[in-house]
Amino acid sequence: MSASPAWLGKAGLIQSAIAVAPTNIFAPDGTPAHAIFGLSMLVLGIVIAIFLVVSGLLLFALIRYRHRPGAESTQEPAQIYGSNQIELSWTVIPVLIVVILFLATARVIFSTEQATKPGDAMDVNVIGHQFWWEYRYPKLGIVTANELHIPVSDPRHPTPAYLTMTSADTDHSFWVPRLAGKTDLIPNKVNVMWMDPQTPGLYLGQCAQYCGTQHAKMLIRVYADTPAEFAAWAAHQRMPAVQDPAVASGRAVFEHNACISCHTVAGTAATGRFGPDLTHVASRDTIASGAVPNTPQNIRLFVDNPAHFKPGVLMPQMHLNNHDLDLVTAYLNSLK
Amino acid sequence: MATHTAPVNDQLKTHARPRLWLDVIHDWLTTVDHKKIGLMYIVYALLFLIVAGFEALLMRVQLSIPNNSFVSPQAFNRLFTMHGTTMVFFVGMPILFGFGNYLIPLMIGARDMAFPRLNAFSFWISAFGGLLLYFSYLGGDGLYGAGSAPDVGWFAYAPLTARVFSPGHSTDYWTLALLLSGIGTIGTALNIVATTLCMRCPGMKLNRMPLLVWLYLVVSMMVFVAVSPLTAAQIMLMLDRYLGSHFFDTQAGGSAVLWMHFFWIFGHPEVYILVLPAFAFANEIIPVFSRKAIFGYPAMVAATVGIGFISLSVWAHHMFTVGLGAWGNTFFTFATMIIAVPTGIKLFNWLATLWGGKIHFTVAMMFAVGFLFQFLIAGLTGIMLSVAPFDWQLGSSYFVVAHFHYVLVGGILFMLFSAFYYWYPKMTGRMLSEKMGKWHFWIFLIGFHLTFDFMHVPGMLGMPRRIYTYEADRGWAIWNMIVSSGAIFQAVASLLFVFNLVWSYFKGAVAGPDPWDAWTLEWSTASPPPPYNFAVIPTVESRRPLWDLKHPEDPDSNYEM
Amino acid sequence: MSGIAISHEPRSDEWVLPSRGTVGMICLIIAESAIFIIFVVAYVFYLGKSLTGPTPHEVLELPIVSTICLLSSSITVHMAVSALHRGARGLCSLWLAATVTLGSIFLAGTAHEWYQLIYHDGLTIQTNLFGTTFYSLVGLHATHVVVGLIMLSLTLVFSLRGQLNETHTPRLEVLSLYWHFVDAVWVVVFLVVYLFGR
Repeated sequence: MSASPAWLGKAGLIQSAIAVAPTNIFAPDGTPAHAIFGLSMLVLGIVIAIFLVVSGLLLFALIRYRHRPGAESTQEPAQIYGSNQIELSWTVIPVLIVVILFLATARVIFSTEQATKPGDAMDVNVIGHQFWWEYRYPKLGIVTANELHIPVSDPRHPTPAYLTMTSADTDHSFWVPRLAGKTDLIPNKVNVMWMDPQTPGLYLGQCAQYCGTQHAKMLIRVYADTPAEFAAWAAHQRMPAVQDPAVASGRAVFEHNACISCHTVAGTAATGRFGPDLTHVASRDTIASGAVPNTPQNIRLFVDNPAHFKPGVLMPQMHLNNHDLDLVTAYLNSLK
Repeated sequence: MATHTAPVNDQLKTHARPRLWLDVIHDWLTTVDHKKIGLMYIVYALLFLIVAGFEALLMRVQLSIPNNSFVSPQAFNRLFTMHGTTMVFFVGMPILFGFGNYLIPLMIGARDMAFPRLNAFSFWISAFGGLLLYFSYLGGDGLYGAGSAPDVGWFAYAPLTARVFSPGHSTDYWTLALLLSGIGTIGTALNIVATTLCMRCPGMKLNRMPLLVWLYLVVSMMVFVAVSPLTAAQIMLMLDRYLGSHFFDTQAGGSAVLWMHFFWIFGHPEVYILVLPAFAFANEIIPVFSRKAIFGYPAMVAATVGIGFISLSVWAHHMFTVGLGAWGNTFFTFATMIIAVPTGIKLFNWLATLWGGKIHFTVAMMFAVGFLFQFLIAGLTGIMLSVAPFDWQLGSSYFVVAHFHYVLVGGILFMLFSAFYYWYPKMTGRMLSEKMGKWHFWIFLIGFHLTFDFMHVPGMLGMPRRIYTYEADRGWAIWNMIVSSGAIFQAVASLLFVFNLVWSYFKGAVAGPDPWDAWTLEWSTASPPPPYNFAVIPTVESRRPLWDLKHPEDPDSNYEM
Repeated sequence: MSGIAISHEPRSDEWVLPSRGTVGMICLIIAESAIFIIFVVAYVFYLGKSLTGPTPHEVLELPIVSTICLLSSSITVHMAVSALHRGARGLCSLWLAATVTLGSIFLAGTAHEWYQLIYHDGLTIQTNLFGTTFYSLVGLHATHVVVGLIMLSLTLVFSLRGQLNETHTPRLEVLSLYWHFVDAVWVVVFLVVYLFGR
């Protein structure tokens, strides 16, 4: 099932729902999210039906059998201790409901977790860190951070993104509600999930397993690119860092401070892996794992005092003077 | 009908020499009387309820608008950790075991628990655990500034709790406080089992015990097999943190998932340990105010035992996103769905008890009715979460927070309020004010539904748990504002309730031994009962000894299935 | 006069309930068993998963003597209970002393084993997953042995001072139940650690 069911209404309704809540689990795109959506409609239907019946009976009993002051009000009502037939029926019926629900659920579990992986799948290795996302594309030779680009998937010729995930430190969880259910990133364990958005666009999400102080700002941005867009992005990402002579002094500041022990800028002396890869940082829309827009002011503020945007983040204050701060900001801004 | 022993209040007044404060304190500190210990558990829990409720209020203020800075991220993370830990271990457990302590010997016609000194020890060690946990605000040291209560979440997932990710002692306060309270819990459970099996009055065969006693028996058996895994896991955590062992050290090949398994093997039965006493109260209160015997006593016992067993097999439904594999997820989905069957049976039995009765809407019954509707909804959202793929979306989100608060507040707390209104007269000799009670009920009901009905929505819109703030563009702001507004109503109602408790102690109507015209043994003795409970140990011939006494022409013993 | 009772027939002589002490000890045993099971699960789960260091096969030897001593002490404590039941107080002291002795030999054996492991084989709780799970499981058991020995020694002292008599038999039985539990745990540990896991 790939397109939204017709009864959901025109695209406009969905789009306004998405605009209001870009992480709405009931606005699925792609196979896993749709499979969950379909199952969830069945579950909701059953659950609402049970609620109406049982609460209806409860309400009826409370009204019909309330104590009314009157002539016979002190007489005790007939004492009923049980009834084998009634008790049997309300055991058997729930069991039947459970069986139906279980079978429907098992089907979706297996279809999602044991789906056959097409040869054209886009492989991405995801490593969770406190408090950012590392993305490595083994077949493309790309390393980036925090903004995940994947190609849109055509249902006739699917190219899902397969995320192979683990963590470098504590537990994290990758949750982009419109595309799939969440899967945890656990150190010393590898989990795999997949998603195949069919509509190009930006899909939002965030870490869903408490991982420390800045768990709340470990945001996810998934860019579902058209094939052309993706090819252009990948080609650009594969290139080493821009070497603009105008910011050479900024680069010097970067390379003579401890920056290089945590960050990588491909083609330079910076080969640190503790923090995000900054080779093409200026090409991203946001910094600090989606917390703030990527502007020169924000870069400067972040480098000066990372805790300004993310108190408790693991990047220390670099104690650069204003001059060096300006230089290194210009340098980072040049890394398109 | 009642034993002709003057209530304790009157005895005090006629005592020749007034007791010094010191004597009173000494009496309470050294008591081994199950009733006094029960009351201490209850008061202790109420104090922590206010503290943890205040923590919740602070969190709700912080979350009422996006990108708020009412509290720092570090403070917020400590708040949700302390709120959860306090509510489960220092409110839920003590208050439920407090009621159990008070009621069980009275209901089975005994003079005290099987091991009175163990009873006192269990209380004091648990109490110390709570104080130790809160001392962390003052005494802990760490790298992030003064005052470090634990901030690892109430389930303290590894490896976040490792020395390297949680330096300082905040995590250790969590571990040690819970180890102590765990010892107290196991001690009380042991006492309940021994009391129930070995101290019933003549004629009270197991199938004549009040259902409350049955449920506490099952709860206690569950404690032995559920709390112990937590104790074991916490010992392992301490060994990791202080002796350099590698139980949960992923760098050495250890497994973070192993902690999750051990924790949830405790954690899931724990929530049944919390809810079964609420069911126990319902089993006693709903029949009395429907004026009918409980429908299906044997099925209620069987369903309870069934829930006890099945609850030990569902734990990994808290781990659907961890990568258990398709077969693992399928098994735990099935087990979790199955537990809905005995739980549903209980609900239907309560419905059948009401059916054909003469329902009196006292405040106790109003809260019990609230419990019935709300527990139904909570159970249904639980079924939604048992569907593993649906849980892949809803798990670790505010939907889950809404679900479990629906059970804990809408189910357990409502039933606790009901139990208070029902048994307060027995414990103190005074009635709680019904007028204040009605205000308490309606204000709390409004607040509860404002908060926890609407809390489901942000979960469905993608809001995860345990975040100190959120982006404005997610569409969660309006829902969070509504949720936070409900908290204020609940705070006001809770304060009104506490006021009622205190005011009624002095000014409430005198209750007498049996104000509700009820049927179990505790109503046959004075209110409050004398220290020895009964002048003569009773002999019983049916499940409702007082019904038989009041209706000699039609005793229960003729009908018991 | 209490009006609660419906029946005035004297039922108390027919009304027999289990003994509190036995029930209480069984409950404690269930709870402790659950704790041990978790440590055993951890041990089995981590078999073969250590990244470094000595393996069980390389460093563990079957603790035959210790095991025989500990398991025999179950027999001796049982004899102590029987002796007390018959009123043979002197014999009771003897059997209790034998139990304490055998239990102490077991502990000494464990201490010797650990000394070898730490100083000659370089295995500590920090070394690897095997070290972690081995020392914690065997150590937890040893702690329970120590507690049992303290209780048994105290009882021996009471017995030697002539303060024990037949009426104390149920209490000694409860203590012996604990001791049997400790031995049963050792059987499991022996099977899992020294046989299955090596």
